[in-house]
Amino acid sequence: RKIIFEKQWFYLDNAIGHIYGTTFEVTNGGNLQPKQEVEETPTETKEAGTDNRNIVDDGKSQKLTHDDIKALKDKGIKGQEIVQQLIENSTTFRGKTEFAQDKYIKKKKKKYEAVITIVKPSTRILSTMYYAREPGKINASFRNVENVQFKNSGSPMSCHSFALVGYGSIIQMYPGAGPVRAATSCFGFPKPFFDNLHEFPLSKVHSLLSGTFSTETLPSDPEENALVEEESNGLTDEKQTSHQEAEEEPTTEAAMEINQTEEQETMDINAEEVEFKESKEKENKENVRDKQIKQWERRKKLMETAAFLREKNADGLIVASKFHPTPLLLSLLEFVAPSRPFVVYCQYKEPLLECYTKLRERGGVINLKLSETWLRNYQVLPDRSHPKLTMSGGGGYLLSGITVVLDKGKSDSSNSEALKMEEPSPKRCKVQDLHC
Amino acid sequence: MSFVEYGDTIKDGDTAIVFLGHESMFPVKVQHGTVTQTKYGVIRHSTDLIGKKYGSKVTCSKGGWVFILHPTPELWTMNLPHRTQILYSTDISIITMMLELKPGSIVCESGTGSGSLSHALIRTVAPTGHLYTVEFHQQRAEKAQEEFREHGVEHLVTVTNQDVCKNGFGVSNIADAVFLDIPSPWEAIGHAKAALKAEGGRICSFSPCIEQVQRTCLAMEEYGFTEINTLEILLRVYNVRTISLQIPDLGKAAEDNSSAGFDSSSPSNQGSPCANLQQGTVQFKSGVPLREMVGHTGYLTFATKS
Repeated sequence: RKIIFEKQWFYLDNAIGHIYGTTFEVTNGGNLQPKQEVEETPTETKEAGTDNRNIVDDGKSQKLTHDDIKALKDKGIKGQEIVQQLIENSTTFRGKTEFAQDKYIKKKKKKYEAVITIVKPSTRILSTMYYAREPGKINASFRNVENVQFKNSGSPMSCHSFALVGYGSIIQMYPGAGPVRAATSCFGFPKPFFDNLHEFPLSKVHSLLSGTFSTETLPSDPEENALVEEESNGLTDEKQTSHQEAEEEPTTEAAMEINQTEEQETMDINAEEVEFKESKEKENKENVRDKQIKQWERRKKLMETAAFLREKNADGLIVASKFHPTPLLLSLLEFVAPSRPFVVYCQYKEPLLECYTKLRERGGVINLKLSETWLRNYQVLPDRSHPKLTMSGGGGYLLSGITVVLDKGKSDSSNSEALKMEEPSPKRCKVQDLHC
Repeated sequence: MSFVEYGDTIKDGDTAIVFLGHESMFPVKVQHGTVTQTKYGVIRHSTDLIGKKYGSKVTCSKGGWVFILHPTPELWTMNLPHRTQILYSTDISIITMMLELKPGSIVCESGTGSGSLSHALIRTVAPTGHLYTVEFHQQRAEKAQEEFREHGVEHLVTVTNQDVCKNGFGVSNIADAVFLDIPSPWEAIGHAKAALKAEGGRICSFSPCIEQVQRTCLAMEEYGFTEINTLEILLRVYNVRTISLQIPDLGKAAEDNSSAGFDSSSPSNQGSPCANLQQGTVQFKSGVPLREMVGHTGYLTFATKS
């Protein structure tokens, strides 16, 4: 299988059997395995200037021409050697300070030494990747706050970011307490417990699978890659777990898939490729299965979920979707047991302000908190430490709180309130499609 | 009750969180025959708490009421008795993710301190994982051990009372992740590497000062850690308020442009200010940053052993 990554194309065949975290160098179309420790380019004389007072930018410091460089490349000479050549043919290199020399080498290395590290998929890597490549879809720090505060997954809802949210739920939030449920609600259903139940749809599984092959270059620099947007079919997804179901046999396909993924995550690191292929085959078999059986199973699962939702005993609620959060929250909170956390993610602050007010009116929640996280990366090098970049604003906002027992008098009015809120929701969603 | 599993009703011996409102709460150990004083009056455990559902409203003797909440690591972090400076949920959450923790993970931690992070780690790795935590201060180690027992998570954690910089974590080649929150983490990097599994794992070190970070990074490089990455995460909390601003009187006659009241339900008009010309004010909802915020907790340095 040919894969294109960062303007390079290669086959993955050679990577099989190596440990995760191995660094590869790309040759003409295949993978090759250099040593873990890439030898530093030896600058034969360690002479360096102290400042740049005598360095003049005349555009002629590099004695090699474009054609020369291209010729070197076409010969298939190792990237390391090209870098070495560039250094030797740079007249100003010796005059530069040591730091600037370092920087120069790094820059050239990035360009000419195609090095790829294959790593194990995880929430950490995936969320970073998603955020770098598809800004506005999801944010690492958000996954985070939510993850830790809401381990017992409730109903995360989202469309295109679901692939990741779902994945995260599986490998991070699976509380070892029962299957994670994935359900879809076609929007505008008055009673969400009649929702269509969704097996892990293939679109999502696809991202799970491709996630296993997520590669990352070192140094990983967020490069704007034009990724084909996943089709978002406007479905909303819910996940439900409850440790009440711990006693139940995880019978659903979704649960089985999750267990597979769990295994994939925890199995012996060297056997992963084989195992992965197997699970992929299973997937394919499932695809060609008799449709009727599938439909019947789907219906069975739907009933199970409906029954589960009716118990109104979920251990938490996570909302992260492109829809307006208020109606979602007001209706879905009905399924959450008292004294459980919930969290709503939204890219914008204003809908959450409204959500806050409406929740206050409804009652049954305490400790409401509207927050945002800023993440700041640092470059730490001897005598050259400073912050790299600040992420803020774009990361979105969270509204979190804890459910409590509703006052009896209030609950009736809040129900009708929730229904009222449901009415304009489809209309709202259309308006909310701005960032898609 | 347990910190790793939700229970429905309050039982004798549970740790519960009494919520008084306005972010003020305190933990209480539920015991038959005990009473707890609050500003709303007395709570009698035998009648008011035991057997009730978590999340219910409890009326105190003075007619005031409080909510009783199921303990979680987050609530515990906000209410625990401080024996040291602690880590808060924002940092804890990013640590949990960046260390790639999940059920079944084996984690080493030092120092245990007040156990704020420990509870979160235990919850994340339960039911099949384990936490090995090292604390060189004997009293703190004992206190932590006692708390883990009270909270029903004893089986998931091993507390060792020794100096991690000298003697390491007391385990080798079994950990998926190591977390360091000590004054001189660079002295423990070697031990951390020895504790991590042979096939690799993640490490995180928390330090308030950049000089500590620099030395730690150098040590990590020396021991062959890769993907070294330092970051800092800040939490901004907002109060939701309705703000009204006065319209200046510029001597104009009130024009006929007053909107028809606060109409937040139509999307075109979302959050639009509501002008009230009779009173000469405009009202709108706003998320107002708190007057004082946490500006810096510490730098988090992550790396991979592979």
